[in-house]
Amino acid sequence: MALPQAKLTATQERLAGLAMPEAAGWSALPRAAALARVQAMGLPGRRDEYWRFTNPGDLIAPDPHPSRHHPTQKTPVFHEMDRVRLVFVDGVFDAAASDDPVLAGVEITRLAEAQDQNIHWAADLYGTLEAHGHEPVERPLAALNTAFATDGVLIRATARAAKPVNLIYLNKSDCSDAILHHVIKVEPGADLTILENGPAAARFNKVMEVDIADGGTFHHVRSQGRDHDRRAVTHMFARLGRESVFKSFTLTVNGVLTRNECVIELMGDHGVAHVAGACLGDGPDFHHDDTVFITHDAEQCESRQVFKKVLKNGATGVFQGKILVQPGAQKTDGYQISQSLLLDEDSQFLVKPELEIYADDVACSHGSTCGAIDETALFYLRSRGVPRAEAVDLMVLSFLAEAIEEIEAEEIREEIVTRLSRWLSRHRG
Amino acid sequence: MLEIKNLRASLEEEGKEILKGLNLTVEAGKVHAIMGPNGSGKSTLSYVLSGRDGYEVTEGAAELDGQDILEMEPEERAAAGLFLAFQYPVEIPGVGNMTFLRTAVNAQRKARGEAEMDAATFLKVVREKAKELKIDAEMLKRPVNMGFSGGEKKRNEILQMAMLEPKLCILDETDSGLDVDAMKLVADGVNAMRSPDRAFLVITHYQRLLDHIVPDVVHILANGRIIKTGGPELALEVEKNGYADLIEEAA
Repeated sequence: MALPQAKLTATQERLAGLAMPEAAGWSALPRAAALARVQAMGLPGRRDEYWRFTNPGDLIAPDPHPSRHHPTQKTPVFHEMDRVRLVFVDGVFDAAASDDPVLAGVEITRLAEAQDQNIHWAADLYGTLEAHGHEPVERPLAALNTAFATDGVLIRATARAAKPVNLIYLNKSDCSDAILHHVIKVEPGADLTILENGPAAARFNKVMEVDIADGGTFHHVRSQGRDHDRRAVTHMFARLGRESVFKSFTLTVNGVLTRNECVIELMGDHGVAHVAGACLGDGPDFHHDDTVFITHDAEQCESRQVFKKVLKNGATGVFQGKILVQPGAQKTDGYQISQSLLLDEDSQFLVKPELEIYADDVACSHGSTCGAIDETALFYLRSRGVPRAEAVDLMVLSFLAEAIEEIEAEEIREEIVTRLSRWLSRHRG
Repeated sequence: MLEIKNLRASLEEEGKEILKGLNLTVEAGKVHAIMGPNGSGKSTLSYVLSGRDGYEVTEGAAELDGQDILEMEPEERAAAGLFLAFQYPVEIPGVGNMTFLRTAVNAQRKARGEAEMDAATFLKVVREKAKELKIDAEMLKRPVNMGFSGGEKKRNEILQMAMLEPKLCILDETDSGLDVDAMKLVADGVNAMRSPDRAFLVITHYQRLLDHIVPDVVHILANGRIIKTGGPELALEVEKNGYADLIEEAA
């Protein structure tokens, strides 16, 4: 079917400014296939149902909106943790700023250098989960990423990693337009934790494909903050084998336009997939969108979506979340909760929770709420001498707790709470 | 300690007058009990004194140690030494009981220009006081009042009171929802805090709490006013004959 003219023009204009790497090696084929997908789908537009609540304009424009703000942080999040740091500056891997990519039971290769190497597992996986993720909803910005990614990292875990791998993004240029594509494979019984943080570029498009084999465990904690001009679209595609575990948590503060998509498919029995997010938005320029799609394709799997947003001074939060239970996926345990705490009447929360179930023996629940601060609880705190502003902060932390508790590692959980508390005390009123 | 003069207060939304010219003086070192039938204004009095939204004071004054408290924010009243033990303590998920206690203690100290209590001292003091109230380490760790039984919630109120060391403690129907053993434990906690420079205002429906926290003075509140004041024997009279005779007598 031919694309509408406006969509075709927007897509052509954007594609005109992009080039694939000259020596793409094994990635040339999946890149070409991804480009064909983008051309067939067209880039998202305002009239697309899946972009009803979020204007993709800044994400598809030929040039990025310049970032005026280049934050430097003396003590970035996770800095006290023992981890392997991989640093990307404006979307390019910076070996000098990174740790030696050496970790027992884990192979780490830079995408831009891997394309001539014979890395079978990555060649098989690159773009595969993304290509699969367009059914039933198209995600053209992810296909664009597969086609034009300039860098990224390929990580294969074959055992329990002794420490997390931390992907750190830095933004130094006013108009960097970074496209990063990471591919992660967790082999049977292996266990890997990925941390992500930092402002990546003036505009950031990131895809992470995660393939978790039977009995594998993958944890992911991401902090999006500091970059007040952030315009970012990210996709996480995960495929889970039998008895495998996937847990992802994202903290989002600041930024202008952030769309985080997470597409998970439970392919083996007894798999567990949790995806959670806590978001704090302050001001009319803040727009944050969590879009989640979880497919149950096997029996006795558990999935949880826990998303909490605190919005004030005219901020906007979006949640689109779906649980799809395929025929035969019996004994599915699916849970989805999306809640917002609106601290004033100018902020808004737009939600589209969905359940689609084709199996008859499942337990699925979803809920969505939108509310103000509980005045009784606020009075309780104040009556004990806690000043109003601090009491509001405590109530906000209380509201976000269910999402934060999804982080399994206590050390990381405490770090996130500490960051949140500091952010709150800087953003009172 | 507490001086209430001709206090009139209404519900803000409905404009309905609840307190209709209430006078009350509570001296330091004393325990005053306020009894009264449903709807007499007992809880309203506790909320108006502690500064809850939703009430409008239309006339009169309330002073704590000579300081007018009615214009203060709730947290300022707390720092000035007022404490309200809630009839229904509020559950706050995700905020640890210890964190909450420490935030409250230090916020009050800060407001009074005192040094904050360091973590080690705080821990030591809170453990001592918790032990007396049979509050275990697990309860201290849990989120505020989450999953607490009725008795545990009330004991937690008393623990907060013990940590904050207020000048004036208002207990709003602290006996409601308690069995005899729990009531005794709470009463012991309160009695341990009785001192010459602290006053208590014990609001209750029933006389039974006053067997355990023996008051110096008992007031009967009806229709927004104190209609009778006496000694502990007045509570026994209410227990025996109800409020109807007293209300009729006052009318």
